[in-house]
Amino acid sequence: MSRSSATDPAGAPYDVAVVGAGLVGAAIARALAGAHLRVALVEGRADVGDGTSKANTAILHTGFDAKPGTLESRLVARGYTLLSQYARDTGIPVEPTGATLVAWTDEELATLPSSADKASRNGYDACELVDAEEVYRTMPALGPGALGGLTVPGESITCTWTTNLALATDAVRRGADLLRRHEVTGVRPGLDGTTTLDTTAGEVRARWVVNAAGLGADVLDRRFGHDRFRVVPRRGELLVYDKLARPLAPRIVLPVPSKVGKGVLVSPTIYGNVMLGPTAQDLDDRTATGTSEDGFAFLLEKGARIMPALLDEEVTASYAGLRAAVHVDGALFEDYLVDVDAAQRYVLVGGIRSTGLTACLALAEHVTGLLAAAGPGSTGLDLAPRPDLPAAVAMPNLGEAFGRPFADVDAIDRDPEYGRVVCFCERVTAGEIRDALASTVPPADLDGLRRRTRAMNGRCQGFYCGAEVGARLEQGIVDRSGPA
Amino acid sequence: MTAPRHEHVAVAVVGGGPAGLAAAAALAPHVDGEVRVLDREAETGGIPRHSDHTGYGLRDLHRLLTGPAYARRLTDRALAAGAVLRTCATVTGWTPDGHLEVTAPAGRSTLAAGAVVLATGARERPRPARMITGDRPAGVLTTGQLQNLVHLHHRRDVGARAVVVGAELVSWSAVLTLREAGCRTALLVSAHAVPEAAAPVRLAARLGLRTPVATRTRLVAVEGRDRVEAVVLEHLGTGARRRVACDTVVLTGDWVPDHELARLGGLDLDPVSRGPVVDTALRTSRPGVFAVGNLLHPVDTADVAALDGRHVAAAVRRHLAAPVPAAAGVRLVPQAPLRWVAPQLLRAGDPAPPRGRLLLRCDETVTAPVVEVVQDGLVVARRRLPWAAAPGRVFRVPSALLSDVRRDGGDVTLRLAPR
Repeated sequence: MSRSSATDPAGAPYDVAVVGAGLVGAAIARALAGAHLRVALVEGRADVGDGTSKANTAILHTGFDAKPGTLESRLVARGYTLLSQYARDTGIPVEPTGATLVAWTDEELATLPSSADKASRNGYDACELVDAEEVYRTMPALGPGALGGLTVPGESITCTWTTNLALATDAVRRGADLLRRHEVTGVRPGLDGTTTLDTTAGEVRARWVVNAAGLGADVLDRRFGHDRFRVVPRRGELLVYDKLARPLAPRIVLPVPSKVGKGVLVSPTIYGNVMLGPTAQDLDDRTATGTSEDGFAFLLEKGARIMPALLDEEVTASYAGLRAAVHVDGALFEDYLVDVDAAQRYVLVGGIRSTGLTACLALAEHVTGLLAAAGPGSTGLDLAPRPDLPAAVAMPNLGEAFGRPFADVDAIDRDPEYGRVVCFCERVTAGEIRDALASTVPPADLDGLRRRTRAMNGRCQGFYCGAEVGARLEQGIVDRSGPA
Repeated sequence: MTAPRHEHVAVAVVGGGPAGLAAAAALAPHVDGEVRVLDREAETGGIPRHSDHTGYGLRDLHRLLTGPAYARRLTDRALAAGAVLRTCATVTGWTPDGHLEVTAPAGRSTLAAGAVVLATGARERPRPARMITGDRPAGVLTTGQLQNLVHLHHRRDVGARAVVVGAELVSWSAVLTLREAGCRTALLVSAHAVPEAAAPVRLAARLGLRTPVATRTRLVAVEGRDRVEAVVLEHLGTGARRRVACDTVVLTGDWVPDHELARLGGLDLDPVSRGPVVDTALRTSRPGVFAVGNLLHPVDTADVAALDGRHVAAAVRRHLAAPVPAAAGVRLVPQAPLRWVAPQLLRAGDPAPPRGRLLLRCDETVTAPVVEVVQDGLVVARRRLPWAAAPGRVFRVPSALLSDVRRDGGDVTLRLAPR
């Protein structure tokens, strides 16, 4: 992305600058670019979805356990419907595995009916109380001692990377400018009704600014003169086990919510692995994405209880993600923070925790709805949908349960590069790597390529393919930037 | 979706490393029909392709070659014997009929074979499987990836200062490769009290590699965000920790068999080595499926793997001529500090294992170990061996010790006599 694209040649401001190209920011930019608006999607990092959006548990939530009556409860339920439809339209993989809350103590067992009741109050009525026999029938690999459970049939697993990328790609195809490596360093209100964002790659001027900066949302909010909340990063460490373990975990095993002690879940992943985690540790450091000895020890202890056979399998990956928990007046704020300030022409979308994956499209709908309700007279934004929108993007499938090029007879016959497996463990072909490098939002680095193709995400972690994948990435970046 | 093309061969060998190539070379002249090697890499030869130093071929070819020369030599011999080598051909699984599913640029196919020889080798455990904490900066790699980069992709930009985890044969191979790429090895880190490989240390000294070895030490954490800046080491005895600055970490050894196909095929696996359980003829638990090389014993040297390949030919030919169910066998059970043994099964009428050796792993260093063979409560054999058992390398035990084992008796315990 060249620097000059950050400013219009005529010096005209963008209608809206959305700061943060995570799930929420990309969804909002996509929605706004669906109207006759000039939109900039401003991202500080080298890639979309490289912050809190890349390292969640990738569960499409029904919202059964949200706090009833909250904005989060409403938007998660709505987002579930919207994202399910969007996934069908774009090819984002979703596996409706279902989940079970498993009770291991009498106390936990006693709280299951209230969880079912809470689900009903959130508008979700499909939960069912089941006895221990039924729990073990559906998940024979659970450790001994399960006393009963509550099923949540609608809980599904999906791919957060593909979702984020699809939203950003759609936004760009609808005409939004994606400005990566543009970290906002300053905010200057102008007298002409615009705001100028100083970034590490030049100025971005816009009539409206949307703050979807995730872990940095409070810092940006303060640059607009507010002091209303604080982001307290909550680190979640996760262990991802080998694909050969997948038969152990046919559904998501959820912990029963409790006041004492943190619960971890065991979940199949859309890539065919099994995930154990996350931990939950509040931190001050917004960059502390490292794993820890305490975190691993905690996960292994929990894993030994929930699914002992899992611990005999190889760990394929370990990572830590940061969730953007929000504190207001020193206490955890258990809802989303969405606010439209017409005077400043500024929208805050903060406090979006791990449910943000499910809720992102509903958040975009909510934000555009608030702006539309304010009326073009007050906002100066015409949100009427454009009639000439391009079709939704068709995303490459990263889901293990669905067809992938290496097994597609016709695709290989058409293009032999889909038969040239480069990453053996994940069965990623040269054709897929080539496609990712030539895509609308191409990867900037190895992690970006991993999120677009799964290359090097497998059990060997590059023992066989690391050199080859790296060479193809470098060549792709050289080809794209053209002769120096 | 169109159905994959279906093909049939006499023998399919999965994996074109030393074991697979040697099996194909031994089988092709004697088998009626095609002997096909499927290798997912662009070139056959396996790991020796990128081990650019000498030390290969002694036991099977009776000469000393570099890894790449050895890989070429084994490839040439398989071709000369009439085997068909298919590269860029990835076996991704089994059909319900027991055929192999193959992906290659030429197309997706299923392959029926009169016999299948699994020779899929082993890989080094990468960072996540070793539970090393910290962020995920660039600069952490296995020897396999390092040697691919330097010897096959001719990269010289791996780093400037490395810490190498492990002090076995492959670890010193990594040090040599790092040196060739202009990267100095600041330290080798070994969990054991004495470095696992004695001979390579002497060789390394001769080559002027004065690399210090931190014994009884483990790597706890990697520091750095975009690029490795340091590692945190812990002494296993005292618990003392220290920080060593480096920009590269090479994780060596700690081999795990590439057993995915074996497992997907439902083969019995050894719970400890995680390779398929085989008898001394190298049959697996599934009739018509055989296994050779470092998939069985992660890892012995390449020439030992190749001799597995040569050895399996007889049993494969017998199976092709007239498949008969294998006789019942007795199980070999290693006792600590012996960790695993291959082969694991003795059957009446079967040959001695390859080279007349059982291959074991031992978790402690024992000089002049006394090996005991115990069946049904009786010590049926006992022998002092002139070579040491030590962690980080294979401990070889003559199979002649098993001559008095009753093939219709109980499980056989292999153990080291107390000092």
